[in-house]
Amino acid sequence: MTLTLNKITSQRGISVGEATKKISDLGWNPSYVQEASTFPTDYKITKAPRDPMKQVLRSYFPMQEEKDNRVYGALDAALRGDMFRNVQPRWVEWMKLFLAIIPFPEISAARSMAMIARLAPGEDLRTGFTMQMVDEFRHSTIQMNLKKWYMENYIDPAGFDITEEAFGKCYATTIGRQFGEGFITGDVMTSACMYLTVVAETAFTNTLFVAMPSEAARNGDYALPTVFLSVQSDESRHIGNGHSMLMAALKEPENHLLLERDLRYAFWQNHAIVDAAIGTLIEYGTTNRDKDKESYAEMWHRWIFEDYYRTYMLPLEKYGVKVHHDDVQEAWNRITKKNYVHKIAQFFAVGWPVNFWRIEAQTEKDFEWFEHKYPGWYAEFGDFWKWYSKLSKPGETVVTFNEDTGYVYPHRCWSSLVPCVVREDIVVDQIDGQWHTFAHELDRWTAVSAFSDEYEGRPTPAMGKFSGKREWESVYDGWDLADAIKDLNFVREDGETLVAQPHLRFDNKDMWKLEHVRGHTLRSPLNMLRAMSDTDRDAHIAKYREGFTINPCN
Amino acid sequence: MVATSSSVGSGAAGAATFVGSTSRRYNYFEPRGKRATHYEDVTVDVQPDPERYLIQNWIIEFEGGKGGGAYTKDSTAALSSNWHAFRAPDQEWERTHYQRQSKIESMVQSVITNARRAGAPRSFDKNWQMILQKHLGAWKHAEFGLGTSLMQAQRYGYSQMINNATLTNSSYKMRLAQDITLYLAEIGMDLEGWDDELGKKCWLEDPIWQPTREAIETIMGCEDYLEQYFAINIVFEPLVGELIRSGFFMQAAAANNDFITPPVISAAEADYERNLANTVDLIYLLANDEQYGDHNRKLFKGWLAKHRDLADKAAIALQPIWSQPHSKPVSFEDVKAVSHERISQIVTELGLS
Repeated sequence: MTLTLNKITSQRGISVGEATKKISDLGWNPSYVQEASTFPTDYKITKAPRDPMKQVLRSYFPMQEEKDNRVYGALDAALRGDMFRNVQPRWVEWMKLFLAIIPFPEISAARSMAMIARLAPGEDLRTGFTMQMVDEFRHSTIQMNLKKWYMENYIDPAGFDITEEAFGKCYATTIGRQFGEGFITGDVMTSACMYLTVVAETAFTNTLFVAMPSEAARNGDYALPTVFLSVQSDESRHIGNGHSMLMAALKEPENHLLLERDLRYAFWQNHAIVDAAIGTLIEYGTTNRDKDKESYAEMWHRWIFEDYYRTYMLPLEKYGVKVHHDDVQEAWNRITKKNYVHKIAQFFAVGWPVNFWRIEAQTEKDFEWFEHKYPGWYAEFGDFWKWYSKLSKPGETVVTFNEDTGYVYPHRCWSSLVPCVVREDIVVDQIDGQWHTFAHELDRWTAVSAFSDEYEGRPTPAMGKFSGKREWESVYDGWDLADAIKDLNFVREDGETLVAQPHLRFDNKDMWKLEHVRGHTLRSPLNMLRAMSDTDRDAHIAKYREGFTINPCN
Repeated sequence: MVATSSSVGSGAAGAATFVGSTSRRYNYFEPRGKRATHYEDVTVDVQPDPERYLIQNWIIEFEGGKGGGAYTKDSTAALSSNWHAFRAPDQEWERTHYQRQSKIESMVQSVITNARRAGAPRSFDKNWQMILQKHLGAWKHAEFGLGTSLMQAQRYGYSQMINNATLTNSSYKMRLAQDITLYLAEIGMDLEGWDDELGKKCWLEDPIWQPTREAIETIMGCEDYLEQYFAINIVFEPLVGELIRSGFFMQAAAANNDFITPPVISAAEADYERNLANTVDLIYLLANDEQYGDHNRKLFKGWLAKHRDLADKAAIALQPIWSQPHSKPVSFEDVKAVSHERISQIVTELGLS
């Protein structure tokens, strides 16, 4: 028999279950003054949700500090190991876009905890929401720190240096704004629970924070996986919070119609936004063309289709919520048969002068991999990337306005703000007497039916409303391209050289300047559509649905 | 691995020189000092608005009830010519927040564990044991009420700096409420007849606590996020929070054989110093706003009067607690005078006296 220190010093402690029970008893029903009214919802929540994680702040803070220590230790080690000497610029350039977007959705999620915590009766889950609030504060500032670290150590800091300004202005980050504002605006259950936790965090953080870091590592970037896998380790708690609120909402049959609506809207829009951005980053930001690795489509099938749809969405049917299986199938079709991600990558490349990162042309090695993973890819996209490469030299007519390529600039979806790149699926409809364009019938349904003050005969006054200059192109309608870039402040310190470049040549002689893009006028496709007669509009949309053909590039 | 996609075979800073290759600072905001602090770099402008960079304006609006975009200036009656000028003096971002909170939790747990191992709770004065059950047990609910109010408030501010300072303030309050809860539960395991429910009963029913509960519920009921932040840190904390934490539990404990409660509570006093500094800085900016200073000072004086009245009543109702321990090393009148001195310094500093 041995005597251990533990045996001498051990004492009876409080169990985790007991601790969480006592903490959930901290709240009370106010009797002097009622709590302030908060953001509205059309849902009815009467059942107190349970906290599945049963964690208290006493263990939470040391755990998070330990996770931080590992993250910051790894960043130091990466510098000592000279990571940036070997990192692929093709990859890091896309981080200028990704990391410009993501801190805002993260901190929005922190703000949304205030909204959802007040909606839930009882105090059991409030501890969970409190920890999520602090988690999201963690994510936002740890990501800003990572971006600063890239800026300080990567070969070309331009684009990182204007990051938050760029986020508010860019034609591409507008997609991320729809994502982040979607967490905090409109019906609380729709935004903070269904859109944020039940769909974005439960389904799509797997592609955002797990699949993407794997690709980063393949490109010599060990920092992104370090930070984002640490971020993802918090998500399981958030998924628990969302599921618990969802279960509380399910208890009321009158919520079922709204749950069906919101699950549908949230799934489709998360697909439209996250797959557009992350699909492009993973497939086009990499230099690794190992044919044995999973493509984005294959990862999507694993994470979204098998994991989320089959094990999370489908079981909701037994609680009485209609699940739209066809939507999931359609998203899968868009990725695998309609080349959604590839067309988005093409759009990002065409718009390079008005973004704030470099996009390098895809090469023969890339072509081979794409054709292997997506048979037929080369026939549709090969010539485009050859054109892009050819037109990457300053002095060439910028690809955005070069009619030799055959590319036709797309309409913007009023709902997801992602362009209508699957041309045959474009839909137009009127809202308040004005024409709008949508990437898909489900996007039209989202804007016209879901974001409305009435849903299937039921008043839904709390639902949000799409607003603002949602079509980015309308902001600069009629501007000269060079003037727009200057106004965006996407110009380097000499006042002439563009932040964005269509190549990875780090030499002044290869850099595009304002003078190289002057003389082209930006147009709003939506304004042009609205100015058309009914006949012209019908003809225009019919032609748009036929698509375009890229001319051979010799 | 080689950086094959780089024209110079490397992705490292300095591998090539070209326009923009040395632009290694965030350049879209004016730092408070000569150079941006780390806190500013990771905080400023993460929450944009149509005046700062959102060229498309807000793209979703609240249709029912509230109206407007994701953030609106009218979530408070205060006005500002520049909501983005504020920088939190505590410079808190995630890393410093977790380091500080984690250290506090380690310290608190270590104190409780070692004290229990030494059998310390059993040597507490009997009366003191009852005081902890009833009054420290009641106080944890007050801290929780402040924490939830701040959690609510952090949704509404018009800049990232305001909201993050409010968020960390909420996090500190929530931690303290939980620390007290678990502390009482743990020492209760060593003491016969301990009733862990007594605190909440007092909070809800004991006349001593009802004015405090009213003051807290009034803060919880404020529709104006800045009024909540102001009422908590400028008014309630000096007049009631510090009064009972420092002025009673920390000073009276040792004289009643309790050396555990003071360190458990002490972290809250340090938390408050930071949160007070943040609040004073923000309120000072608004009270001295060139355009709206007069309006704001008038508004703040109204908040001060409203919440001070409630806090004064709360403090007076708490007075009997000072008479309850066997050993009474400090008088209520003395600590009340200290708390009045404290708030007087704060409001004078702010030009609200």
